[in-house]
Amino acid sequence: MNEQNRQRLGIVVAGSLEEGIDVRLDGGVSVEDMAVGRYVTIEGQKQRFFAMITDVSLGVTDPSLTLTPPDVSDPFMAQVLAGTSTYGTLHVSPYLTIGGVAGSGEEIKPVKTVPSHYSAVYLASQADVELVFGKEDERRFYIGTPLDMETKICLDLPEFVKRSNGIFGKSGTGKTFLTRILLIGMLQKSAAVNLIFDMHSEYGWAGTSEGGKSVKALKQLFPSKVAVFTLDEESSKRRKVSTDFVVRIGYDEIEPEDMALLRQTLNLTELATEATYQLRRIYGKNWIQKTIDLKDEEQIKALLEETKIHESTFQSLQRSLATIARLPFLVPQAPENTCDRILGYLDRGINVVLEFGRYTDITAYILVANLLTRRIYARYRDRTEKAMGEDTAKPTPLVITIEEAHKFLNPEVASQTIFGTIAREMRKYNCTLLVIDQRPSGIDSEVMSQLGTKITCLLDNERDIDSVLAGVSGKNELRGVLARLESRQQALIFGHAVPMPIVVRTREYGSPQSYREFMSGERPEAKDKTGKELEDLWG
Amino acid sequence: MPQKIGEIIETSTPSFTAQCYELYGLPPLGSLVKTQDKSAELYGIVYHACTASLEPGRKPIARGKDEATEEAIYKSNPQLTKLLRSEFSALVVGHKTGDKLYHYLPPTPARIHSFVYACAPEEVKVFSESLGFLSILTTARLPIAPDELIAAALRQMAQAHDDAQAFLVRAGKELAVLLSGQFPVVKSILGRLK
Repeated sequence: MNEQNRQRLGIVVAGSLEEGIDVRLDGGVSVEDMAVGRYVTIEGQKQRFFAMITDVSLGVTDPSLTLTPPDVSDPFMAQVLAGTSTYGTLHVSPYLTIGGVAGSGEEIKPVKTVPSHYSAVYLASQADVELVFGKEDERRFYIGTPLDMETKICLDLPEFVKRSNGIFGKSGTGKTFLTRILLIGMLQKSAAVNLIFDMHSEYGWAGTSEGGKSVKALKQLFPSKVAVFTLDEESSKRRKVSTDFVVRIGYDEIEPEDMALLRQTLNLTELATEATYQLRRIYGKNWIQKTIDLKDEEQIKALLEETKIHESTFQSLQRSLATIARLPFLVPQAPENTCDRILGYLDRGINVVLEFGRYTDITAYILVANLLTRRIYARYRDRTEKAMGEDTAKPTPLVITIEEAHKFLNPEVASQTIFGTIAREMRKYNCTLLVIDQRPSGIDSEVMSQLGTKITCLLDNERDIDSVLAGVSGKNELRGVLARLESRQQALIFGHAVPMPIVVRTREYGSPQSYREFMSGERPEAKDKTGKELEDLWG
Repeated sequence: MPQKIGEIIETSTPSFTAQCYELYGLPPLGSLVKTQDKSAELYGIVYHACTASLEPGRKPIARGKDEATEEAIYKSNPQLTKLLRSEFSALVVGHKTGDKLYHYLPPTPARIHSFVYACAPEEVKVFSESLGFLSILTTARLPIAPDELIAAALRQMAQAHDDAQAFLVRAGKELAVLLSGQFPVVKSILGRLK
């Protein structure tokens, strides 16, 4: 190890594997240069440890120093006391061991012990960070830099998409930018295709930054790899988006199962939801149209008698169906099956962004996302099962991105909706989720526990923090890190795709230079993925 | 050759007392002196000095009523330089055997009539590279306050160092560690180092 390049911080004075390690800072090191979330290496006698700073504190050897503080305006006094009578301490959480001290072998393993007393602690060098997080290559995608360092932090994207993942953070903390960066990464390096339910039309053609500046989105950067579908043709035209397909959904395509998820947003009772199944049975495919059209009192009476539906239930259901039917993208008969179109693109390895235009109403979003996902997932499952039976190539892995995820995955509906199923069944059928949400506490804990990698920007609600960190080791330490993230461009990443939790300053997005960098990272062989590769990838 | 300033007239393991060859030829408080034993050189830090009559029973008397200056008193009474004597005591803080310096007590005390030398700045600098002697100073029982002596010793030693401030900071830090839990003492010493 090159001693000159590393900055010594102090020595280990106490600690435990469970609680983390206390490091006493050397006199010359200022506590003000430290920051939670930074990395340090600890040179034990036999192993090198890689750890993250989770707390910084001040100490004095003599209580009288706090009772009658010395005159620190005297530089001599201040100089003498720094690091001796008054000192700084770091609390660090060790996560990994990175080989022997003398550079003998550099195997990275989860930490199972603590360094011995008085082991020297250094600020992690670029090489150390690179060793742990890997260099940018055909699998790894540069997502950002650690705090106060220029090293590139890379995510192993093929590993990332193997499981469902979550991006969380308060509104305005950069979730959308982060997601856009990740989507670019996935379409370049992960051998998976994305289906994005783009509620606010920010991923397809262009998005806006907080300053109101327009930034390019996927289709402008990778026109051959992205198709933009829209529910709102007019809005797309006004925004001068070149769309590939205008989505129209026929009433006859909506099934009672699709209504179940809308119970909360439409305020339907349990009985009303049940009634939809009966109506579907009686009227067949065109049940919505027929139910709405039913005006004749005699007929209604006959129907209610036959089905034993209560009159008020029927009326409220009728009103709700009418609400849905008023959505402009719903038509009695769709000219073309959207699901087939989407699958057609996905099969060719083209990512699909579905823009909602003006229909940012949550009812529309839930209805469409649920409806399409249910059908696409069903096809994927059939194909995967067939592929397993016939021992042929499985379909291309699919990542479905949904926003406002707590509406789909809250504890009341998570067990019923397709998204709950995908989140739980994970990769069995080559289909995973990327959930984006600002209130993770609203998401079912079972679903949260199944998310492989969680990327979270600043959260300050206690319940949200608890829910994101549930089940993570070193939760208390990470809680401090998470609550102290800057409100923009910083995120904590932890879980399956990273060897240890990490705070990153996300890479720049929005300048011409950044676009060039994104486009230069394209993997040439990404197009000719073979079945073999997919087998390796998905097991 | 270092300057010979006196001769030991009383000795023990932790300290020795020497009489100066010249009346008032005392080394400053806190200065480093050394004496030669058979096997080792002993280093001491001057912690006490006095000038008094040779005979304990005979007190000096005032003689300057008709003299214009103090110097004139000594000129008109040349016997005074022989009837009075200056003595100083030094705390043993280390020894040197061969080329090796040890910052702790020697196995045997110095001998009576050993010569005492004032250490040259070079020697002071070498000796004070290590601050092990500070622990002897902080724990010694002395007729003067230890913080006075420590501050004086450090002030003296700092003069021998090219970067006096850096030396004082280093010593101050050592003291802060040695006297952790006694911050008022540290503060008092640091206050005397200016």
